[in-house]
Amino acid sequence: MNENVIEIKNLYVKLRDMVVLEDINLSVKRNDFLGIIGPNGGGKTTLLKTMLGIIKPYKGDIKIMGETPEKGREYIGYVPQYVFFDLKFPITVWEVVLTGRLNRTKYFKNYSKEDKEISEAALKQVEMEKYKNKKIGELSGGERQRVFVARALVSHPQILLLDEPMANVDSPREKEFYELLKKLKEQEKMTIILVSHDIGIISAYVDKIACINRKLYFHDSKEIKMDELMAVYGCPVDMIAHGIPHRVLKEHD
Amino acid sequence: MIESLQFEFFRNGLIGGVLASIACGIIGSYVVSKRIVFISGGISHACFGGIGIGYFLGFNPLFGALLFGVFSSFLMGEASLKAKEKEDTIIGVLWAVGMSLGIIFISLSKTYAPDLFSYLFGSILTITESDIKLMIFLDFFIFISVILFYKEFLAICFDEEFSRVRGLNVGFFYLFLLFLVALTTVLLLRVVGVILVIALLTIPSAIISQFFHSLKKIMLFSVLLGIFLMIAGLFLSYFLNLPSGATIVLLSSFCYLISLLLKR
Ligand SMILES: Nc1ncnc2c1ncn2[C@@H]1O[C@H](COP(=O)(O)OP(=O)(O)OP(=O)(O)O)[C@@H](O)[C@H]1O
Ligand SMILES: [Mg+2]
Repeated sequence: MNENVIEIKNLYVKLRDMVVLEDINLSVKRNDFLGIIGPNGGGKTTLLKTMLGIIKPYKGDIKIMGETPEKGREYIGYVPQYVFFDLKFPITVWEVVLTGRLNRTKYFKNYSKEDKEISEAALKQVEMEKYKNKKIGELSGGERQRVFVARALVSHPQILLLDEPMANVDSPREKEFYELLKKLKEQEKMTIILVSHDIGIISAYVDKIACINRKLYFHDSKEIKMDELMAVYGCPVDMIAHGIPHRVLKEHD
Repeated sequence: MIESLQFEFFRNGLIGGVLASIACGIIGSYVVSKRIVFISGGISHACFGGIGIGYFLGFNPLFGALLFGVFSSFLMGEASLKAKEKEDTIIGVLWAVGMSLGIIFISLSKTYAPDLFSYLFGSILTITESDIKLMIFLDFFIFISVILFYKEFLAICFDEEFSRVRGLNVGFFYLFLLFLVALTTVLLLRVVGVILVIALLTIPSAIISQFFHSLKKIMLFSVLLGIFLMIAGLFLSYFLNLPSGATIVLLSSFCYLISLLLKR
C-alpha cells in the first residue's frame, strides 16, 4: 500500500501580506520518514502548521489522509518547536500528557483507564515517568520537550510531525529518541516528518529529504542537489555540508 | 457579634458573601492562571451600562448587568481570538463605553438612583432573599459547567494551539469561560460593586496559586480563603462602621501583600 498520506499541490501561504511559502508541491507516502531542512525563517514551521490547519493557505490544495487539514489532523501527532506557556501555570506533567488524548475521550467525562495506561506508557518511552507529578514549568527545557513528545504519542497518530523536537535535549537521550522514532516507523508503521537543523542527524535516520526556503526542493528521495542547497541557504555548500555523506549530496543532474 | 447575626440583613449579607466566594474561587483560579485579569476587568465594568439601562427602563439592574456582561464578554472574546494585536485596545474601549452608557442612562432616568453607589462599590447588607436565590442558581450553573468541562478548560488555558490540533473547539470553550466570568461578575455585583469585582475575583486565587500547583487544589482553597476574607471583612466593617465592600477588598489586598512577603 503506497498511498499518499499527505498531498500538497501548488500551495501558497501568506503571512501579513508576505509570501512565506511559494508553490509548494509535496507528496508523502505512508511509512515515509521525511526530513525537512532549511534556514531560519525558511518556512518549515509554517509548512507544518499549514498541514495541521492552524495556518490557512492563501492558495492551493492540501490533503491529509485524503481530507482537509481540519479533519485530517485527527491522525496527526504534533510536537511544536516552541510551546508558549506561563511557567507558573498550574498543570502537572501527567495532566499535560493526558491532553494528547482529548480527541479520544468524550465530553462530560474524565479521562478513561485506557487513556491513563497509554499516557503512562508514553511517559516511560521518553523516560519521564519519575516526573509525572511535577509542575511542567519546573522542568528543564529538554525535559519539557520530552513531555511534549509523549503528549504527541498518546493519540497513537498515523503521522508524526516533529518541529526540531530535540533542540534542547542532551546527546545520549537524543540518540535514544531517534532510535525510538525508527522503531515507531518500523513497528507501528508511522509516517514521520522531522524538521531539524542537524543535517548529520537527518541524513543518518531519514529516508527522504526536502529542503525549504520559501520554495520547496524535493525529489522523493534522500538526495539533495548542491545547487539547490546553495539556493536554499544562500551560501557555499561546504559551510553547511560537513555532516552530509556523499551519497546524499549530488553534484548536478 | 451574636446580636449582629440576628439582623436579617446581616445574615443575608453573610450568605451572599459565601455564595459569591464560591464562584469567585473557581472562576478566579482560571482568571489568574490564564492571565485574563484585564479582560475580566473589562467585562465587569461594561456591566455598569446594563445597570444604567435597567434603571432607565425600570427593570432589575442585575438583569441589565447580566445582559451587558454576557454581550461584552462575547465581543471581547472574539477580539482576543480574531484580532489579537488589537485586543487590549478593544477591551479598554468597551470598558469605557459600558461605564459611560451607565452614567448617561442613569442621568436620563427621571427617578433618583439612591443605590447607584451600591452598584459601584457594593453593599453586601442590602442583599435580599431574591438576590440570594439568583446567586444560588448562578453558583450552581458555574459549578456544574466547570465539573463537566474541567479537562477542556484546563487544556485550552494551558495550550490553545495544541488543543485546536486535538480537535477541540477552542473558540467555543474560551467564550464559554468568559461567559462564566460574566456570570461571576453579576454574582459579585451586590457584594462589592463593579469597580471592586476584579479584586475579589483575583486576590484569593492569586494568594493560593503561590502555594499549590494543581488547579483543583487552587480552586478549593481559593473558595475557602474567599469565604474567610468575606466573613472577616464583613465583621470588620461592622465593628469599625466602614463600607463593607471596600473593607473586604482592603483586607484581601493586605493578605495578598503578606503572602508575597512570605513567599520571598
Ligand atoms: N505570525 C507571523 N506573522 C507574520 N510573519 C510570520 C509569522 N510567523 C512567521 N512569519 C514569517 O514567516 C517566515 C517563515 O517562518 P517559519 O517560522 O515558518 O520559519 P522556520 O523555517 O520554522 O524558521 P526557524 O528555523 O527559525 O524555526 C519568516 O520569514 C517569518 O518572519
Ligand atoms: Mg521553525
